[in-house]
Amino acid sequence: MAELKLGKYTVETGEDGYMTNPDQWNKEIAEEIAKQENIKELTPDHWNVIEFLQKDYKEKGSIPTIRRLKKVGGIDTKELYKLFPEGPVKKAARIAGLPKPKSCV
Amino acid sequence: MADKIKKVSIVCSKGSLEGIYPALIMANGARMEGIEASVFFTFFGLDAITKKKMKKIKVATVGNPAMGIPTLIGALPGMSLMATKMMMKKMDELDIPSIPEFIELLSDAGAKLYACKASVDMFGLKESDFCDQVDSVLTVGEFYELSSGAEIIFT
Repeated sequence: MAELKLGKYTVETGEDGYMTNPDQWNKEIAEEIAKQENIKELTPDHWNVIEFLQKDYKEKGSIPTIRRLKKVGGIDTKELYKLFPEGPVKKAARIAGLPKPKSCV
Repeated sequence: MADKIKKVSIVCSKGSLEGIYPALIMANGARMEGIEASVFFTFFGLDAITKKKMKKIKVATVGNPAMGIPTLIGALPGMSLMATKMMMKKMDELDIPSIPEFIELLSDAGAKLYACKASVDMFGLKESDFCDQVDSVLTVGEFYELSSGAEIIFT
């Protein structure tokens, strides 16, 4: 268990830097994590991905794959990589306050 | 801790379902980790990017002891198709795309896809025989050049 200081908040995280207590998550925290992930600003397109991840995680209990983001969430893969360069699902899940994705695809 | 892997070049040399998937999954997995990825398709691996063949890739049920099917039974008509269908169904449940869909996913993810020139010449193929996602036909020398600084993985 570790702690991460984000702006005026301190959140609980695992050793991997992913939040472990979803109740602590809020949009300001998401903005702070995004900065750590080299994403300057969360646009409505970013939020669309983040909100889909949260909704799908709640329903399915796992982080959706890129294929599911496209098929169910209607999020284009090219666009996804543009929004969250260098590891889109990993980054988006961390910003969304979700656990680290475990799927290989 | 050692430096992170920044770049991979994956050689896909086999044309069976179980031969092609590892290359595609590793390339896609690399992109998902922010690692630069190229796939070099050679010999029967070219089937994965050949328009006429990419939708018809099958599991090898003969000469594949891990399947648990005796060779003589594996050779019966329809066995390979049946095994392929079963495997594809399972993969679909796990959200693993079919081969044509996977090639599109890789391309959208920014992976580079190349065909090996020696194999292209040997099979008498043309650039137009390949799906649109293929970047170009490369000689092995060009492949090494663009793999500078990459980990090379042979499958």
